Amino acid sequence: MKKRFLWPLGLFLVLVGFLAVGLKRDPSMVPSPLVGKPAPAFELPRLEGDQRFAPKDMLGQVWMFNVWASWCVACREEHPVLVALAREKLLPIVGLNYKDQPADAALWLQRHGNPYGLSAVDADGRVGIDYGVYGVPETYIVDKAGVIRFKQIGPVTREVLDKTIRPLVQELQR
Amino acid sequence: MMRRFVMALAFALACGVASANEAKPLAEDPVVEQRLIRISEDIRCLVCQNESLAGSRADLANDLRREIRKLIHEGKTDAEITDFLVSRYGDFVLYRPPVKPLTWVLWFGPFLLLLGGVVFLIRFLRQRQQAHAAVAETPLSDEERRRAKALLDATEN
Repeated sequence: MKKRFLWPLGLFLVLVGFLAVGLKRDPSMVPSPLVGKPAPAFELPRLEGDQRFAPKDMLGQVWMFNVWASWCVACREEHPVLVALAREKLLPIVGLNYKDQPADAALWLQRHGNPYGLSAVDADGRVGIDYGVYGVPETYIVDKAGVIRFKQIGPVTREVLDKTIRPLVQELQR
Repeated sequence: MMRRFVMALAFALACGVASANEAKPLAEDPVVEQRLIRISEDIRCLVCQNESLAGSRADLANDLRREIRKLIHEGKTDAEITDFLVSRYGDFVLYRPPVKPLTWVLWFGPFLLLLGGVVFLIRFLRQRQQAHAAVAETPLSDEERRRAKALLDATEN
């Protein structure tokens, strides 16, 4: 008789558990199908100078690909972390200046510091589509063979950097 | 009264004209637009997740519609275009997720719950029936008989 009354309580607790997990999860975090796949090829002009950039230029090194824009508010939050990372010289950081005005972008880097070895200019967002970008900033770690090993949607925080990115990069560089 | 009706009618017509102006097709080719709408209605806009790609006014949705339009012009099939989007943004962009091990719970979970409910209901009803049968079969004790008689007498009076 008593067991029967425990049933609804048990079901209720399971439901509460699911709802609690659901509350804590960020619905904008969508698992990327690109992890484990080769970084999509492209060739774009650079923000500085007349040269162009293609991901195959980076073959043989582990590198970070960071999508940013001067109009992106969350990028400002992330930027100091990237600037500090660049000073460490752990790995080359390549920027993708996404749907931005070149003059605004240059001014933004001047004001907030430039952690990027170079920034490719994706003026119409076409390359962003190939990389599944839907919320700037987004960050990719690409291994020596040109395969995407990690994707961060939203700002790279110190915590993500220390707990996930740094160990992964060190392992990939070995 | 008549005048009011005419005014209301004129207003309604004006609204109709206004919205017709707004809904101008984006490209010249109505066949392409038809296909674009049909495909993008089943695609989630990732910026505003509860809107379809067809209905969203987000910047990214515009870009993706432009991309789909280009793919249609290139002669790609609907399946190829959907694959193009899924390979970049994942199954999450589909409002109708594909049936595969990862989505089994999503597809079959409700039926499992229904089955569980039916099993529970059948067991519950059987148990109740058995309990009733058991009560009906056991003869009343002397004490119970006396109380029943007392109750019946009380109602008769």
